[in-house]
Amino acid sequence: MGEEFMLNNVQEITPDRLVGEASLIKGQGCRFVTVTCTDLGEAHDLIYHFDDKGELRHLRLKLPHGATLPSLSGVWFAAVIIENEIQDLFGITVTGMAIDYKGRFILAESSPKAPFNKLGGIAVDVRVRPAAAAEAAAPGEAL
Amino acid sequence: MQTTATRAFPTRNTVIPFGPQHPVLPEPLQLRLVLEDECVVEALPAIGYCHRGLEKIAEKKDFIQNVYLVERICGICSFMHSLNYCQGIEELMKVDVPRRAKYLRVVWAELHRMHSHLLFLGLVSDAFGFENLFMQLWRVREHILEIMEKTAGARIMLSVCSIGGVRRDLDDGQKAETLRVLDQVERELEELLPTLMNDYSVRQRLCGVGLLPPDHAHDLGAVGPTARASGIPMDHRQTGYAAYGDLDGVTPVTETGGDCYARIMIRVRELHQSAELVRQAIQKIPAGPIAVPVKGNPDGEVLVRMEQPRGELIFYIKGNGTRNLERFRARTPTFANLPALLHMLPGCQLADVPVIILSIDPCISCTEC
Amino acid sequence: MFTLIGNILRCLFRKPVTRLYPAEVKPAVAGARGQLHIRIEDCIFCGACQRRCPANALTVNKQPKSWTLDPYRCIICGYCVEICPKKCLEMRPDHFKP
Repeated sequence: MGEEFMLNNVQEITPDRLVGEASLIKGQGCRFVTVTCTDLGEAHDLIYHFDDKGELRHLRLKLPHGATLPSLSGVWFAAVIIENEIQDLFGITVTGMAIDYKGRFILAESSPKAPFNKLGGIAVDVRVRPAAAAEAAAPGEAL
Repeated sequence: MQTTATRAFPTRNTVIPFGPQHPVLPEPLQLRLVLEDECVVEALPAIGYCHRGLEKIAEKKDFIQNVYLVERICGICSFMHSLNYCQGIEELMKVDVPRRAKYLRVVWAELHRMHSHLLFLGLVSDAFGFENLFMQLWRVREHILEIMEKTAGARIMLSVCSIGGVRRDLDDGQKAETLRVLDQVERELEELLPTLMNDYSVRQRLCGVGLLPPDHAHDLGAVGPTARASGIPMDHRQTGYAAYGDLDGVTPVTETGGDCYARIMIRVRELHQSAELVRQAIQKIPAGPIAVPVKGNPDGEVLVRMEQPRGELIFYIKGNGTRNLERFRARTPTFANLPALLHMLPGCQLADVPVIILSIDPCISCTEC
Repeated sequence: MFTLIGNILRCLFRKPVTRLYPAEVKPAVAGARGQLHIRIEDCIFCGACQRRCPANALTVNKQPKSWTLDPYRCIICGYCVEICPKKCLEMRPDHFKP
């Protein structure tokens, strides 16, 4: 991964300091934008984005698998929508949300669990047809 | 959420599911409305009816095929998604787009904004029962769709933006045709818009309905016309991406009412602003190439944002040096306006619910990608 | 109150804006992307279009030589037209008949 092209204004924090830092940022008059979650394999990489009069500020947090995340809905009510979506799609447990859908916000009961997590060791090449999958070359070969 | 006032006699609460199918909704969205007699007390959203997992598909296809995938996130604002994606990848790979391509992108983006606003104005007229105005506004919108078909090749999914520039050029005949269509559209709107803005029955349905004060709009993260109707001057075209830095008149259109009428007035004024921007761009367009070749793979992470007809669109793109992206995240403006909608609904009558929902211009298929 | 009266009178005495489809068909606009055509005699069956198609609508075989398009999967984007090395693919403006 190229290190020279990263986001500016990123502050790395731990989960227990999240709500405190967010309250400070709200006190400075920033607007809540969104939360981005990426599955890095051994942990989830959560980036909280805020808008400070046109400039973007970020809080980055690495959450190990199985850990719980405190909710920001006490500080910003708008965070409840994105946190429910992260709970459904990545399988992360978020505690203390103002409205908790318990995993049924965007997925139904028959949907696969945590579909956006990476599957270990497999990268499916969509160009390989199911009938030809048996004699396919190395998986994950992108052009 | 507001608390209910106590009354002398006991009240009964009913829960009515609004949606997921409803004649005024362009896409399925369910709102569980808790009603006390005819007044809405609380609203709970339930989304997920058109979740396609596009963010996951974007990791499986390579970054050039993603341009065609990303433009199909939405069927109303599709060019804006592909433009934002191309701008993100170009920033990540340090590609310098030629100036002619930037002006062409502005022309198609503003034409797309006009068609989206006309679609919205038609839907909102239908929501309070004025079907004649809905049909007439969509008839005007047909002119814009035809000029997009003649210049870009398709009516809505233009597929004309690519990484490094654009795929088609505008010759002099097409430029003259575009200017002629803009004049025709403005002439036809002159006789329709006074009805929308000044008619007594229209104002009865729209004024004072769905109030959003400016401090609540800021706290709930509202973007786009929803925030500008409460007086917050937020418009990302002022940052000057594509050719907006060279054009005059790119100022945020704001109103102070904070109600449905203000949100509609903003879009009416933005129609005229977009027509002016297209005319300026066509006149100032410089000669030159329309695309540059792109080599290599994206590596690193970037956050790009732009002004979609509904508000601020943000993409987070992370590449890892291969042709496939590591993560692609799209946060669309309707996603940010949903908490503001949940705040506007308590206190209104049941008959006003469709009008309030449509006044934020919901594009639910964008929300759940 | 009578702001739309001019519009209403004009609509009464004018022919309708809509077309009687399928009796009348809209003429194809030049430059529109309707359907994909191939000049099969120029094709070298390299498979570049199959690899690049975002919708996996093309199947190309070298032995025996065949080129198949699934029209229901095709999203008419035109990416294959751009990258064909022999330029044997083109977009015609009229759409597939149902």
